[in-house]
Amino acid sequence: MADNPNPNLEEIEAAPTDTTPVKKKGIKRRIFLAGAALLVGGGVFGLYWADNAAKSRARALTTGEGEHNFLTWMKIAEDDTVTVFSPHIDFGQGTHTALGQMLADELDADWAKVKVEQAPSDVAFSNTALVEKFLGEMTGYPGLIAALPAAVMGALTRSQKIQITGGSSAVRFTGQGGMRVVGAAVRLALIEEAADRLGVPASELTTADSKVIHAASGRSLRYGELAAGAAERSLRSDPVLKSRKDYRLIGKPVTRRDIPAKVDGSAVYGIDFTLPDMRVATIAAAPVRGGKLISVDEAPALAVPGVEKVVKLDDAVIVVAKGYWQASKGLAALSPKFSDGGHGAMSTPAIYAAQDRLRETGKPDNTAGEGDVAAAFKAAGGKVISADYRVPFLHHAMMEPFALTAHFKSGKLEMWGGLQDPIGARDRAAKAVGMDMEDVIFHPMIMGGGFGRRFPGVAEIIDQAAQLARQVPYPVKLVWSREEDLRHGTYRPQSSARLAATLDDKGRIAAWQSDYVQGDNAEGEVGFIYDVPATSRRHFAYTTNQIDGPWRSVNSTQHGFYNESFIDELAHAAGEDPYRFRRKHLPDGSRHQKVLDEVARRSGWGTPLPAGVGRGIAIVESFGTIVAEVIEATVKDDGTPKVLKAFAVVDCGTTVNPLNAEAQIAGGIIMGLSATIGEAITLDQGAVVESNFTDYPILRLADAPPLIDVHFIESDAPMGGIGEPGVPPASAALANALFMATGKRIRTLPLRQQAKA
Amino acid sequence: MAISFTVNGKDVSVAAEPDTPLLWVLREELALTGTKFGCGIAACGACSVHVDGQLTRSCSVPVSEIAGRAVTTIEGLKAEDGTLHAVQQAWIAAQVPQCGYCQSGQIMAAVALIERTGVPSEAQIDEAMTNICRCGTYPRIRKAILAATGRAARAAAASAQGEA
Ligand code: FES
Ligand code: FES
Repeated sequence: MADNPNPNLEEIEAAPTDTTPVKKKGIKRRIFLAGAALLVGGGVFGLYWADNAAKSRARALTTGEGEHNFLTWMKIAEDDTVTVFSPHIDFGQGTHTALGQMLADELDADWAKVKVEQAPSDVAFSNTALVEKFLGEMTGYPGLIAALPAAVMGALTRSQKIQITGGSSAVRFTGQGGMRVVGAAVRLALIEEAADRLGVPASELTTADSKVIHAASGRSLRYGELAAGAAERSLRSDPVLKSRKDYRLIGKPVTRRDIPAKVDGSAVYGIDFTLPDMRVATIAAAPVRGGKLISVDEAPALAVPGVEKVVKLDDAVIVVAKGYWQASKGLAALSPKFSDGGHGAMSTPAIYAAQDRLRETGKPDNTAGEGDVAAAFKAAGGKVISADYRVPFLHHAMMEPFALTAHFKSGKLEMWGGLQDPIGARDRAAKAVGMDMEDVIFHPMIMGGGFGRRFPGVAEIIDQAAQLARQVPYPVKLVWSREEDLRHGTYRPQSSARLAATLDDKGRIAAWQSDYVQGDNAEGEVGFIYDVPATSRRHFAYTTNQIDGPWRSVNSTQHGFYNESFIDELAHAAGEDPYRFRRKHLPDGSRHQKVLDEVARRSGWGTPLPAGVGRGIAIVESFGTIVAEVIEATVKDDGTPKVLKAFAVVDCGTTVNPLNAEAQIAGGIIMGLSATIGEAITLDQGAVVESNFTDYPILRLADAPPLIDVHFIESDAPMGGIGEPGVPPASAALANALFMATGKRIRTLPLRQQAKA
Repeated sequence: MAISFTVNGKDVSVAAEPDTPLLWVLREELALTGTKFGCGIAACGACSVHVDGQLTRSCSVPVSEIAGRAVTTIEGLKAEDGTLHAVQQAWIAAQVPQCGYCQSGQIMAAVALIERTGVPSEAQIDEAMTNICRCGTYPRIRKAILAATGRAARAAAASAQGEA
């Protein structure tokens, strides 16, 4: 598949997916495949061609008078409007527009007449192509699993603890394996229909702008005229996809469809949703994760005007009122007593100390690498270079605090809100209140950010809202305060590492060792990209009372910081330029080397800088995409860093929408810089210390680089993700730049706390 | 006790408790949900509106203080014929929003800045635009502000320099 930019479905399925060997992956793949066989008889894509029940269900849910549905994925109306149903949620990453572009390009549809809509949260719209590829890449899975037979379900639910993510996959899997194939297949059906109607061979027909054209006779038929007949035809499962030179929409800077409603205030997010008679509730969960509610005197809350009810959950107390303000005043009036679940001694320094002990005296839980590192270290005598790095818990801090509306009525639970996997949300809600998933209806809403926090597996608000709804006769919207959000995150884990290496007498790295301690999840470690004869990467599992959550680009953030800081240290130890040192450890002519060269060129690497300004470089591959970044930075008078410029070069194979891809990479860099400079969740006596944006500072405009130069290298590699890979190189690129500026090496994040110390 | 003021040019009267922040009156009493809740403590700017033309973080102003005053929200920026404000148009042209949640507040802050300064300098933009955007849309926000103030040409020149 690597040499075919336009793999068809068979090629995608046939392609080896296990390029990164990770221990737990095989287990998950087997589980899924068992489930898939039960569900669809083995053919992953076959569901959509063979399953008439799903088809009629999808039609009933989405298709009105004068409209014709194809394979549940799209419909054509008689006025030529094409509606594409996206099984993915768009939380600002432009997925809907990109998926629409891919389908419409193959369909030869007039883009002005194409709409992209959120697919209903119904199994008829779950995406099997995505599940397969997701598991192949060991990154988690979307909600289809919730629909798998019960026997498989249990095993899958357990495996959910291993790793979850939602990002960077929609376009390359659903788009490549689904949207394009569907668009191409429907186009062929429209041509066949037109051939019959016009009485000419299909080979004489072409398509453009939502019309089938017979050039010889000058006749044409609109897609809207052909839709009814075409929808009755059986669709080819192996349509030939366009080659790159024929793209009209893929790769073009198409503007996003969702933007106008986001500048005039009309977009309705989960937190904006309202129903007649709806009440608003807010919640305080046990401050120490794992703690329980012991007791609470409800009276002070009930005395607040507008407060209607206090609801006690196992580990939280909820106040229900007419509006949010009354509910929050009611909650503030309460003095609930919570237990600490035995975690009262947990603290950030204690975690680092325990991690150090484990790394020095414990046994690793996972190992990877090649060659004999121990022998190389021994051979080097005492000349082993080593450095310890530490990174804190990080919070997602999505701008829209969690909010979920729920209404239990006549045996059905109906919910409205923004979650990264609506079918998974139904499943979790059903389990939380002992209902059947079929009796839970979920309406996906626009999300004000997600970054991994809104995946149902880590979204306890689903349980809370479902349990609350079972106790009140009216619809209720549960809204988290920012304080609740910040203190009950599912954080990127606090983690630490010792890196060690030796250099040979030619100044090349002879052996590299990374011993890292983090939660029980080793997956998602950044693949080691450098050419080193002996490597060892050992994971020591250390869990806390926190729930490790997937944070934009998952484990790639900490490993990007460790690896790309340490190779910089080695370059300086070898007396070499950090760019050239990296370069000589990358295979000649490789994609990695091209990306690195291009970022050096665009950033003017090696050209003089003003005094006090440093330049740093880093390169990380994650989610199938290679990103190299160069940061120019200095230190302000108050000791805090100031980023002046940022450059990124990206190879994600093909870019579907460069305008949007640029925004994703730039946004990822800013999120990475924000975390590096200021963000840390600190534990004390088991509870989170920080409370709001005052002590969890997010980078603001004045501190973000005014311009971020993002450049894409188009390659024939399989399509990589774009939402996450911009984040991981940013930390090390900044730390390396500050080392050049000040001579001080930063090994513990965030920098803000370093500056103070 | 009813509290009266104007919102987007219309007279309104609400029966909220006097300490209720303007934000919740706008969102829950008046169904103007374009103004967002982000932090509740004046730290993020998601709730920004104009009160008598002044940029105001509505989460931290009790509605009692608004009596008799004129509030403009994101829904009230466009002209009567529905034409978007020049800043909103610049926001679309620069494709600023990602998740979009912070953008009502960003736009209200940018409009106030431009009304105050005419053509803001880079330093004035840095100083005024303190709203948080978790999606990191800051470079495009800056670009859109420059474009909206007719300095598109200079912005283009600056970005060409960045490319070189
Ligand atoms: S909600 Fe008002 S400033 Fe954040
Ligand atoms: S666009 Fe998402 S927070 Fe600004």
